[in-house]
Amino acid sequence: MLVVKGSWLGRLGGLPEFRSDDLGDFGGPFGFDTRDLGRWDTGLVAFLWDAIRAATRSGLKIDRSSLPDAIRKLLDLLPDEIAEPPKPKRSVFRPFYWLGGKVIDALTEVGALSDLTVQMSGGGVRAVLGRAMLRPVDLFSNTRSAGPSALTIVSVVNFLVGAILAFVGAVQLRRFAADIFVADLVGLAVVREMAAVMTGIIMAGRTGGAYASRIATMRGNEELDALAVVGIPVSDYLILPSVLALVITMPVLYLYGCLLGILGGFLVAISMLNITALGYYQQTLGAVPFDQFAFGFVKTLAFGLMIGLVSCRIGLLAGRSAADVGIAATRAVVAGIVGVIAMDAIFAVLADVVGV
Amino acid sequence: MADPTIVRAQDGSTPLLALRDVTLAFGPKVIQQKLSFDVNRGSIFAVMGGSGCGKSTVLKSMIGLLRPGEGQFLVEGEDYWADTEQRRIEIGRGRFGVLFQNSALWSALTVGENVALPMQMFTKLDDVEIRRLSLLKLALVGMEHAYDQLPAELSGGMRKRAGLARALALDPDILFFDEPSAGLDPITSSRLDDLIVNLRDGLGATVVIVSHELPSLFAIADDGVFLSATSKTSIAHGSPVFLRDYCSDPVVQDFMQRRHGNEDGSGRGQLR
Ligand SMILES: Nc1ncnc2c1ncn2[C@@H]1O[C@H](COP(=O)(O)OP(=O)(O)OP(=O)(O)O)[C@@H](O)[C@H]1O
Ligand SMILES: [Mg+2]
Repeated sequence: MLVVKGSWLGRLGGLPEFRSDDLGDFGGPFGFDTRDLGRWDTGLVAFLWDAIRAATRSGLKIDRSSLPDAIRKLLDLLPDEIAEPPKPKRSVFRPFYWLGGKVIDALTEVGALSDLTVQMSGGGVRAVLGRAMLRPVDLFSNTRSAGPSALTIVSVVNFLVGAILAFVGAVQLRRFAADIFVADLVGLAVVREMAAVMTGIIMAGRTGGAYASRIATMRGNEELDALAVVGIPVSDYLILPSVLALVITMPVLYLYGCLLGILGGFLVAISMLNITALGYYQQTLGAVPFDQFAFGFVKTLAFGLMIGLVSCRIGLLAGRSAADVGIAATRAVVAGIVGVIAMDAIFAVLADVVGV
Repeated sequence: MADPTIVRAQDGSTPLLALRDVTLAFGPKVIQQKLSFDVNRGSIFAVMGGSGCGKSTVLKSMIGLLRPGEGQFLVEGEDYWADTEQRRIEIGRGRFGVLFQNSALWSALTVGENVALPMQMFTKLDDVEIRRLSLLKLALVGMEHAYDQLPAELSGGMRKRAGLARALALDPDILFFDEPSAGLDPITSSRLDDLIVNLRDGLGATVVIVSHELPSLFAIADDGVFLSATSKTSIAHGSPVFLRDYCSDPVVQDFMQRRHGNEDGSGRGQLR
């Protein structure tokens, strides 16, 4: 006979736990006495459940009839036996397995990205032929949020970068009385490198992160599954407009960034140095030939393509929880920024070889 | 909190929950207006009505997520929405247990952690006790085997049950269930009916339940209100059985008899 009396409120803590050895060598039928039971909540039910399971394990006959109705009904809902969840296995760190795994992951990733590119290009070709499941609305709204909405940050960043370049250049060049060459420095640096890289980084952070988290959220909500069932290819419907939007806006933002960067440099130069506005203007025109713009233009096209593809891919790979969406966004931004800088380095080497 | 002796000892003259001329709206879009009803202590109160008539919205305003445009919501006579936010949270945490329509489990936590989190935050229990109690709550809904699984790995019905276990975490005395049995098989669903009745009987809880499952409504609910999407207010009060047998309103009758369509055409969308 198990006698429970007094107050049994689990939420206040300090309730005993019924262990198997509490049964001792008790042999008779297992009954309950709850005549002096005071206030109780699920804490008591947990205790009685422990007791009943312990008694069941020792093969005792259990007599629940003397329990109050309410408690008995709750106990009736509970199983008499539960399987303890298996303890997680400790894994041993094996360097070669780890390295091999990483290599395979990386190769798989390259494969998956190429596959995605191919599918998307297929979608692009179908779009040109007018047969893709690409809705102009999506392309339009993606382009608007990637482009015009980013104008402020692109302006501020490029303007300041141009100004900083002019400032650093002015301090140095003034010592050699080469004031006017600030225009060359700012013009070349902005057009060749800074505007493209800065715009790329901004897009990776702003738009790449947004793409990854949007697709990851859709995955979590089974929206992608719903698309698949209806037979709408994700590559046409989601990825193509996203990537196209970036490819369209990036070069435009780049040209705009060049303008703002040069403007920043111009304002700093004419206020700090002894040069005229017209002189600065003509020096810049002379220093930055058209092919430099073309070079930057091509670079940003490639950046846009890369950021779009990589961030969509990361979104497609994400897990299904809210935390996974955050992880996907972070990974997309990191991959985008590193990718932009790495590609820029490759372009620099290529340009040297080709002689631009 | 769950305390049968005290709950039963209180006089029954003030209803536990009461809506007084409540109007609910999202911006300019009015969902329900001039809504008044009482939920008595210890009852299982059904909020009924066609899909989209505003049942979840009414529930939302009762659990403190949507401030009514007009009117009062009284918890034991206390004007809930006139209270400070601090006080509202206190009432909600101590007394309300909520099962959302889409379960709303925290996706980054395991099922066990979902149930344990409220206890970790708001009680002084140690980890062992919390584990025992959360295992018990999961076992009550037949989900103890999923303790270490993530919500994304569960079926829809299992998520529902885990959400129910989480609603029970702090032994609340007022339970709000939004479509608890949607997505459950008939056996689990009738088990859930038993569970709800037993929680009410055993723990002295009061249950406000939104449901379309007529069998379970007839079986467990002892009071209720019927909301209409056309008139945007309640059109009948009483237990589902009473409404089925005695209510003459054609919309209510169609709903209770699982018929569809009626003379004035307002029966559209009244049935699932
Ligand atoms: N966040 C919101 N903003 C604007 N309107 C909303 C919002 N949530 C719900 N609604 C509208 O309020 C109305 C009632 O919605 P609610 O979810 O309360 O319906 P319901 O009665 O619970 O339906 P169901 O039985 O299908 O769950 C619907 O017309 C819906 O469009
Ligand atoms: Mg609803």
